[in-house]
Amino acid sequence: MVKLYNDGKRITAALSGDIDHHTARLMRAELDDVISHSHPEMLIIDLENVGFMDSSGIGLILGRLKAMRENGGDIIIKNARPNIAAVIRISGLSNLIAEGVRT
Amino acid sequence: MKKEILNEARIQFPSCSANESFARAAAAAFAAQADPTVQEISEIKTAVSEAVTNAIVHGYRDRMGTVELHLRRYADNTIYIAVKDKGSGIENIEQAMTPLFTTAADEERSGLGFSVMESFMDKLRVKSAAGKGTTVTMEKKLNRREK
Repeated sequence: MVKLYNDGKRITAALSGDIDHHTARLMRAELDDVISHSHPEMLIIDLENVGFMDSSGIGLILGRLKAMRENGGDIIIKNARPNIAAVIRISGLSNLIAEGVRT
Repeated sequence: MKKEILNEARIQFPSCSANESFARAAAAAFAAQADPTVQEISEIKTAVSEAVTNAIVHGYRDRMGTVELHLRRYADNTIYIAVKDKGSGIENIEQAMTPLFTTAADEERSGLGFSVMESFMDKLRVKSAAGKGTTVTMEKKLNRREK
């Protein structure tokens, strides 16, 4: 599930549930919709309520990162649990993880 | 020497993506008998999810088929996991295991499945024959917690 909090230039997408190949497809559609309609400068992906994520989540993040950067925007990831941060580290996307960012 | 098997399970399911969460939950429930840590359970779930997703996405790319999850718990507190499909097989295993290599970029596959399995499990073996299918075998030794 994707909940969106929009303050104009920054959009927070609070994802919840498991992120795998099955669920990533639905999240992808919702995130692409908000990127193409709202053109945020920053997309904040909040993983606080995500208990599980495998490399399908990396594909999801990478695809959105590409879309955001093509329009001069960027992505940050916050509140990743240790098991999810470990997957993000393997992918080399650790630099997207924000420490202690509150929005 | 052959390792003593304390418990064993075989589960077969069709290759629909809804079974990715079923398979990792089943593996986690099986491994729970060995008193793993939260981190160990997370790592097993993630590795199983990767292997089962590969079977569904690549093994049975354009059709449905049967995926088998074979679980064993050995007396030395090792969990053995095999994920088997009778799908299209992998032509070049070395290339398939290269980080970021994917044949399904259009579906946003990151090409990191085997990297995740390798880093979360102690042993990983891939056996595959084009047109016949793939079996991914993994082992993880659980470190007994201090009681």
